[in-house]
Amino acid sequence: MINEIISMNGYGAYVWSAFSFTLISFTALYFVTKLQLSKEQKRFASKFGSLNVEKARAARSQNINREILSNTSNI
Amino acid sequence: MFKHFEPNKIFAITSKAPKYVLFLFIIVLTIGLTEALILSPEDYKQSDAVRIMYVHVPAAWISLGIFTSLALLSFGSFVFKNKNFALIAKSLAPSGFIFNIIALVTGSIWGKPTWGTWWAWDARITSMLILALFYGMYLLAWRIYEDKEQVIKVTSMIAILGVINVPIIKFSVDWWNTLHQPASINILSTNTAIHSSMLVPLGIMTAAFALFSLLIFLMKYNTELIKVKNKGLDRL
Repeated sequence: MINEIISMNGYGAYVWSAFSFTLISFTALYFVTKLQLSKEQKRFASKFGSLNVEKARAARSQNINREILSNTSNI
Repeated sequence: MFKHFEPNKIFAITSKAPKYVLFLFIIVLTIGLTEALILSPEDYKQSDAVRIMYVHVPAAWISLGIFTSLALLSFGSFVFKNKNFALIAKSLAPSGFIFNIIALVTGSIWGKPTWGTWWAWDARITSMLILALFYGMYLLAWRIYEDKEQVIKVTSMIAILGVINVPIIKFSVDWWNTLHQPASINILSTNTAIHSSMLVPLGIMTAAFALFSLLIFLMKYNTELIKVKNKGLDRL
């Protein structure tokens, strides 16, 4: 059974390489995108941390900024 | 009309959605792979080589669908002067490009056992390669141009010009004599050349690929929104 699945009637090399290429591409794109996202979140957190109290309060008044900060703490 | 789609309002959803989409994607992909590699039958002519269809066809469909969306969104950003459309289009492009590359590479792998060649300058394959070039130009333009107004204009032009190629890809197998087979599935009619035992795994794999493109879109869109907010903090 396992041998049949691996050999695929002699087409195993073609079938498995097509599926492997697809899954490797998915994994690479997922991790590159995740890395870019966490880099931007960290940059946002560090910029936010360097704001003075007044500016930080103004920035925190926007819902989206609070959302970004709450997600950044989960990285 | 578009106020409900303002980034500030939808970020709460888009920031939380990726983990649920990823979970759903893994489940659907696992079912799809089991169906495609183990449970679905082999073809009477192509034998097990037909299984490549389960990654090749959904990848081609989704890359075409995403490029059409890019063009519509680009047109929308021109007409409605809504920058969020351009941001959505930019976030969709990377997964569309990867699906285009997957379609080309898996098509080439499928071509060897069925046609006896890795590549042919056939109308369908060449037009898919042209689509990959348009995707490449679109993504490069976002990297090259610094000015926001200019980059939106250039990328919109690329997307609108590139979408002319989409019907050419679709009908290339009817208009020219090609090595590539004609369409086996017609969504406008119930007439399909594929048996349900192959149609079901094809549908599941298409759903899995669509979920993956949604996942990448959400993550990329969140990245773009945070970039905008980072610039906002600089201006404070």
